[in-house]
Amino acid sequence: MNADRITEKLNILADAAKYDVSCASSGSNRKNKDKGLGNASNGICHSYTEDGRCVSLLKILLTNHCIFDCAYCVSRKNNDIKRAAFTVQEVVDLTINFYRRNYIEGLFLSSGIFKDADYTMERLVRVAKKLRTEHNFNGYIHLKSIPGASDELMREAGLYADRLSVNLEMPTEAGLKLLAPDKNRQDMIDPMRFLKNEIVKNTEEKKLFKSTPMFAPAGQSTQVIVGATPESDQQVLQSANYFYKNFNLKRVYYSGYVPVLADQRLPALNTAVPMVRENRLYQADWLMRFYGFHVNEIVNDGNPLLDLDIDPKLSWAIRNMQVFPVDINKADLQLILRVPGIGLQSAQKIVGARKFARLGWEQLKKIGVAINRARYFITCNSNEFERRDLTGQNIKQFIMAESQSKYIKNSQTQFSLF
Amino acid sequence: MNTLLYDGTFEGLLTAVFEIYDRKLHHVKLITGEWRNEALFEEVIPVITDESRANRVLRGLRKKLSTAGVQRLYITHMAEIAGEDSNILGFIRYVFDSDINIEEDYGNRYVMRLSEILKMVRREKHRMEAFVRFQKLKDGTFYAGIEPDFNVLPLLIKHFKSRYADQKWMIYDIKRSYGLYYDLHDTQFIAMDFADGGKPANVIAAYSEDEGIYQTLWKNYFTSVNIASRKNTRLHIRHIPKRYWRHLTEKI
Ligand code: SF4
Repeated sequence: MNADRITEKLNILADAAKYDVSCASSGSNRKNKDKGLGNASNGICHSYTEDGRCVSLLKILLTNHCIFDCAYCVSRKNNDIKRAAFTVQEVVDLTINFYRRNYIEGLFLSSGIFKDADYTMERLVRVAKKLRTEHNFNGYIHLKSIPGASDELMREAGLYADRLSVNLEMPTEAGLKLLAPDKNRQDMIDPMRFLKNEIVKNTEEKKLFKSTPMFAPAGQSTQVIVGATPESDQQVLQSANYFYKNFNLKRVYYSGYVPVLADQRLPALNTAVPMVRENRLYQADWLMRFYGFHVNEIVNDGNPLLDLDIDPKLSWAIRNMQVFPVDINKADLQLILRVPGIGLQSAQKIVGARKFARLGWEQLKKIGVAINRARYFITCNSNEFERRDLTGQNIKQFIMAESQSKYIKNSQTQFSLF
Repeated sequence: MNTLLYDGTFEGLLTAVFEIYDRKLHHVKLITGEWRNEALFEEVIPVITDESRANRVLRGLRKKLSTAGVQRLYITHMAEIAGEDSNILGFIRYVFDSDINIEEDYGNRYVMRLSEILKMVRREKHRMEAFVRFQKLKDGTFYAGIEPDFNVLPLLIKHFKSRYADQKWMIYDIKRSYGLYYDLHDTQFIAMDFADGGKPANVIAAYSEDEGIYQTLWKNYFTSVNIASRKNTRLHIRHIPKRYWRHLTEKI
């Protein structure tokens, strides 16, 4: 192995892949078989970059040569950068050796498009096939499908990969046309639909025949870039919701646009990365997937933008004061989940614990409820009720003032999911 | 107040519980250690770990707790967090004093405390699954040193055994001076005498030929994936507390 050459390639092709955010490694159920190497189930973050993002997979491009010219992408045809390409074997060796040292959960392989969609996709599939069949590797593999790739290749990809993704890139077709003139929505949707149908078919077959091979057991995901084009949060979340519903996606990732190129169609190079907005979108996405919120409750014509000051659940609550106060000792789990400051785990604990005794503020605090927020929205085993006759706006100000002073005290940015 | 001295094992703890109920003791304190006549005063009751007594208590617990509940109790004890025995004992007593399963009674201080400890232990176990960094030695064994706050090595067996089935590996708890070794068939606990041979810190001398290259590649990778314009040191440190850095290849 030529160490210097490999190092250089890795630097170039890891650097180019880093803007893709979909790197989770959970949701599969691949077991170690025949005393081989690895398994894939619970998803582990093995490290964290200095910007605080999780490192779970070896995330690289097979090549950053590309015949397309997407304005937001460092690998675009007309960008003057160093190009490199891995061989299939080089990617396999890196994956195996990193995995054996417990650096990673597996591989996330993406690629610029050399020649055409199928030519590129075929190579991605070859890497996965080699890992599975020649090395008995059972770690996680996520392949990024190349838009426009043929059904046969997608089918083969599904046999070896745990997850497949086709990136939508822009929340709307118009945004895509503007920034990625070589791409079109249909080329993304076709493979997504194909995968969805194959996954459904596979699940059916598995019920009948245990020996049916796995097909993309961790499902498919996609990514949209936020802040490169002027779409509202309503458009972003409506589009996410549409793809969740119609293509059974496991995840939609929101990637705050990092300005990397000067282009008059794009935000200027010194534009800040919309990190708070990105975080709010993830919070809203959680509300849709785990908290039973309908997308229209979070964003709608009256509120097309997420509030950057407060999280979307609090924002919904102060717009819907008629729902509150919620009685902690009586309300359904679904309603308790809607209280700001109460997360999934706390809500379940509350429902378990109140069978023994009525809960007061002390117990709620111990259970992990963020009392500073929840107290305006609940009643419990106590005469104290904080809301008095406060309006939603009052409450927002109180909570913000409090987190402001906390912010100053710790001088710490906290992005927490409720 | 009675003080009971037991050997620190889970069986020992259960035997102690047996004694407490058998002798109808009310105010008790548990300490762990070896029985040495000369060093201790007469009011200390030595508990001789006894399998059949321990089993009777265990059967009693199984009747009143779910399987997961018993497992959680075991894990919290295993972690060996100083001063927590009295809470664990408080929990067990609450279990036996109640007619119904009290696992979810988070309003109770013992139930709550156990759930807190469990959370801490689980987090560290999870961190070890993430932060173990193997180094390949000349004989093909993959070696990793760890220094967790709690004694989580025994909780790691299942994970690493089902993951690295085709390579020999060893995870060594430097703080507690014992390790876990997998020889391609089974895992066993080992104590190593590092005086002859290499100290854990000196394994570099025993690196396989390509070990250095992969460490460098990994460090480079780690640097390449960082997005400088999103730098957030606080978040970074919250995810990887500094005390773990000395065993993380990318941080050395
Ligand atoms: S096709 Fe992919 S790699 Fe090529 S320019 Fe567009 S986004 Fe970049």
